[in-house]
Order: sequence, then C-alpha cells, then structure tokens
Amino acid sequence: MSTPLSAPLDLAFDYTRSLGPVLGRFAAGLRERRIEGVRGSDGRVHVPPVEYDPVTAAALTEFVPVSDEGTVLSWSWIPEPLEGQPLTTPFAWALVRLDGADTAMLHAVHVDSPAEMRTGMRVRVRWADEPAGHIRDIAYFLPVGADDGPSPAPPPKSEQDGVMVTPIQLHYQHSASPEESRYLRGLAEGKLIGQRCPKCEKVYIPPRGACPTDGVPTVDEVELPDTGIVTTFCIVNVPFLGQRIKPPYVAAYILLDGADIAFLHLVLGCDAADVRMGMRVKANWKPRDEWWTSLENISHFEPTGEPDAPYESFAHHL
Amino acid sequence: MRDVAVVGFAQAPNVRSTPGTTNGVEMLVPIFAQVYEQTGLSKSDIGFWCSGSSDYLAGRAFSFISAIDAIGAFPPIHESHVEMDAAWALYEAWLKIRTGEVDTALVYGFGKSSAGQLRRVLALQLDPYTVAPLWPDSVSIAGLQARLGLDAGLWSEKDLAEVAARSRADATRNPHAQFSGASEIADLLDAPYVADPLRAHDIAPVTDGAAVIVLAAAERAHEFAERPAVITGIEHRVDTPVLVARDLTRSPSTEAAGQAVGTGDVEIAELHAPFTHQELILRTALGLGDDVRVNPSGGVLTGNPMFAAGLARIGEAATRILTGQASKVLAHATSGPALQQNLVAVLEA
Repeated sequence: MSTPLSAPLDLAFDYTRSLGPVLGRFAAGLRERRIEGVRGSDGRVHVPPVEYDPVTAAALTEFVPVSDEGTVLSWSWIPEPLEGQPLTTPFAWALVRLDGADTAMLHAVHVDSPAEMRTGMRVRVRWADEPAGHIRDIAYFLPVGADDGPSPAPPPKSEQDGVMVTPIQLHYQHSASPEESRYLRGLAEGKLIGQRCPKCEKVYIPPRGACPTDGVPTVDEVELPDTGIVTTFCIVNVPFLGQRIKPPYVAAYILLDGADIAFLHLVLGCDAADVRMGMRVKANWKPRDEWWTSLENISHFEPTGEPDAPYESFAHHL
Repeated sequence: MRDVAVVGFAQAPNVRSTPGTTNGVEMLVPIFAQVYEQTGLSKSDIGFWCSGSSDYLAGRAFSFISAIDAIGAFPPIHESHVEMDAAWALYEAWLKIRTGEVDTALVYGFGKSSAGQLRRVLALQLDPYTVAPLWPDSVSIAGLQARLGLDAGLWSEKDLAEVAARSRADATRNPHAQFSGASEIADLLDAPYVADPLRAHDIAPVTDGAAVIVLAAAERAHEFAERPAVITGIEHRVDTPVLVARDLTRSPSTEAAGQAVGTGDVEIAELHAPFTHQELILRTALGLGDDVRVNPSGGVLTGNPMFAAGLARIGEAATRILTGQASKVLAHATSGPALQQNLVAVLEA
C-alpha cells in the first residue's frame, strides 16, 4: 500500500474576548502602563487580578495598585523560543511577584544566559512600545538596573473598550487515512473510488477508516460512475463571506449509482426551483489540467434529463 | 449502589509518531478487537461508550466524531465524550453503571500528539486572558514547578534522575513502552538541560497512542473476567486554574482525592506524572510509603499518549489484579497544566 497522503494544516484565528469589570480594569491599566491587582478574601493581593477568590470563590472588587518591580520566585530557561512567545532570543520564563502583590505572575525575563538568572533576583517591567490593553503590553521583564534602550513614549490615556484580541496560530501535519488517500489519488486521475465493507458489503464514497455499522476498515476497491441522484437538497438563499456562487443555488446530497452513502455537492445547470429529490444528475468535471487530489475536480453536478428515481429506491439512504 | 469492575484493558503501542489520522481509528480498531476477545463481549453487548480526546491536538473541530467509526456506531449507540484524559470518561462510565443505567461500558482515549507541536498546543489550556497569550509551553511551566521544589530542598536533581532511571528500567518489561533501558544516574545528570532545570529524562516523550478499558457491574464482572478489578474508590478534584494561587510543590487536589478514596494497604500505584518531580509530588500527596511499588509499567516518562495516558494508568493498575499479581492497587490520572486536575482510583481483587 502506498503512503497515506499528508499535508500541512495551518490554523489561525483571533480570539476576541470580552473582559468584564476586573480583567477589563487590569487591561485598561496596562494600556496606561500601570499594574493593578485585586485583594482576595484572605487579604492577599492577586496580580494578575482574579475575578473570583481562588479559595472561597467570592467575587473580588477591591483593586490595589502595585509596583512594576518585583522578585523572581522561580524560573526556567527556554533555549529555543517557540512561535508566539514574548522573545525570539533565548530567555527565562519566571514567576515574578511584584512589590505590593502576594501572588506571582508568569512572564518572560530578558537576559542572555541562564547564568544571569537566580531565584530572588529583582526585575522590572519593560513596557511594549505600542500598548493595546493586553497582557502583552508587558513586553518582558529585565533585571533591575539593566539598560532597556530608548524608553517607550509617555503613557497614553486610554478609553477602556473591554475587549482583548489574541491571535492564535497552530500548525499541524494532517494525514488522510489509507482509504481516503486511495480516494483522493483516484480523483487526481478523474476516478471516483469507493470501498466496500467486507461485512455488510455497503459501498462508501469517500471510503471510511472503519465501517460505521461494523467497525472494520473498508477494503475492496470499487470504481463508481459519475452519475447518480439527488437524495435531498437545500436552496442556498443567504449570502456569506467567501461565497463563490451567487445565490440562489442548490447544495445537495448526491448518491452515486452503486454507492450506499451520499456526499454533499452542488447542483447547477438548471433553475434552483426545478431540483427534486430523486432527480438524475451527472458530474461536470473541470478541465483536466486543473485536476488534483480533490473533489473540487468536479465543478458541480447537473441534471441528465432522465426520468427521476422512485422515492422507494433511495428512501433508506435519507 | 452497586460496584463497578475493570474487566478488560488494551493499549496501542506508544510511539513517537504514527502515519495514521488524528481521529485515531487506525489505533482504536485493533485494541477494541483485543478487549472484545479478552472479555467475550461484542459491540452489541456494550451498554455505554465514552471517550477522551482533544480537538486542539487534532487541529479540527468535533474530531472525536470521526473516531466513533471505530465502534461501528450503527445502529445508534449510547455515547459521550470528554475533552480531557479518558480517565474522566471512565468516571462518567463508572457513574452510568453505578446508577444502574447500564451493565457494561467501553471507555477509550486517543491522541496523535505528533500532528502538531505539543508544547505549544498545551499552552492553550492556560488562562486565556493573562497567561495563554504569552504561549508559555508545557515544559517551561513544569520547569518553574521543578525549581520551586529544588530551591525549597524538597528534591534534588539526583532524586529526579533516580525517578527517570527506575522508570526506564521498569519499562524494559513493558512491550508498549516508547523508551526503556538501563541508565546510570551520573550519565543522566551529565546530560544537557532541555529547559533548565529539566533534562530530557525529566520530561515525558511526545507520544501517539490509544487505550481502552471495559467496565462491568461487579455482580456480572465474573462473566467477562476471571479476576475482575473492582473499583472500590474513585474521586477527582480540581485545583484553581490560577497557576500561582496554590503552592506548586504540592498537589492539594490529589491529596483530597486520595483522602476520599483511602490509599492504605495499596501494593502498587500507577501515577500519571509527565515530569519526574511530579511523581515525587504525587507520592507525597497520596502518602505512599517506600513499600508501595510505583509505576511498574515504566509510567508516562516512557510513553505519554495524551488523553489516553491517564486511562492507561488505570488499565495498567487493573492488569495487576486481572493477572493475579496484586490484590489492592492505586491508579492516578492528571489533566491540565502542572497537575491541575487529578483523579485517584483504588482497585481490589
């Protein structure tokens, strides 16, 4: 068996979060380059602030300004920083207890080597040049007395907007199953390859890693024709971001002749109002030089003009 | 309420990476077959199905749905899922049997950690407002926790290396382990730091894998296993998500769960400790004496399939009873950063 298909899968999205009164006030403070904690039920000052007491779960409301200098309680060294971390050169992660606070915050300390780190050392905030009302307004910490270059512009006055945006980027290597890979490679050659469950003999397209009825991998290869019927459908009337076809158009479940499972595709080439359950359709393939390992090779399905399939012939596929 | 017993356990080989899909079907189908054979049960005999896995590990929404193909979920089944280690799925299944709703349950967990960059993916478990946006990776956070104990004199780097050496030596008898072998403490301590104060041997490897456990009501368990492992106690507790609002050198939630189940007289303990110092924290929290054999399987330092590793600890512990090697064992599972959530179970013959 050839190697399953595999490709990079990169995800990126902006987490946009409402902050509420406690974290909102903290974030607004950061934008003005000051740090506020909140006093817990036991009198301890939490920095960053917590909305509810970690011990009693009481809502906390008493804000306490703290210093931008503090003490390292613990640290670890990251010799090869990862994407998204506060520094791109090797740095220390540290738990820093700011003066006036009783809990520590996690952040980065900018020094050149682990030899410059020790528990108990004094550090201070290096503010980001462009404040945004976000924890990243603290760019990193520096040893007290270290030169941090030109100072950022004077603190801006901020309007609290109560929202913070955190960009998330994740990278994966996504693998198709051996069965899906057979199917995708078939598409690149203009073939529709399904596979048959060895137990119930149902034909699945795309083929499955395991038959949903029997829990065993589908194995026997079956080449299916590019003709079939519409089992069920919907008329898309709503415009949305990234839409490629002008509404109204039809998204339908197509059951290929000889298959036991329908897949979703488009039905074009007729008035949307004329599409029916049981309607006979045929694939409209894109030009051969645009084919790749994708069902996109079929632009859409269109009516053949043959008589409709009787309802009883597909009722058990709905 | 009636008791519940473990009657079957199987796990996929712990490996650095598989060519399979992130829905785990390729790893699950063979191990489901193994537990059916062990117990004599078939798909249609299982009353409830529950799984643990993570969309963030797969990089896809609702990724656990595709895994259900491994069951053969037609006709429709009675199924649930937790976005945690599958040990918590086992807890849900335990409740279903205990309340009399079903007699049998199959619990599985799976994870293809190799698909993404695990250290970064796990950063997204942290507080999304003040911690996760910094992308602190899981290994660095464990390093902060380890140093707190080193500075406090609770453990030394040599103590940590001893945990690693014992785990690797024990894993030589575990055919599913990713790592095993003899190691000299001095050699381990000569190795460079990966995340000072942690060295490679202090850190559980990135592992793809899956595990499955079959549970049955105790009064029926003898139909499926000669020597069922009856769960005589199971509890789970959670510590504050505010990482530094607790003393990170302790695990109050493990302590509370251990006290609730009672850990006296256990002969063997399978602890879910992805970092060497965490094993020491857990031993203390559970009050385990030197006479308790810890992690005879090698533990997760020799293979750590995310979302299955905690369930596998319960399976490994139960196996000692199923095979007659012990009569009272303890299993522990953890989920979340720096031992935040902990589950403790005691099983008896």
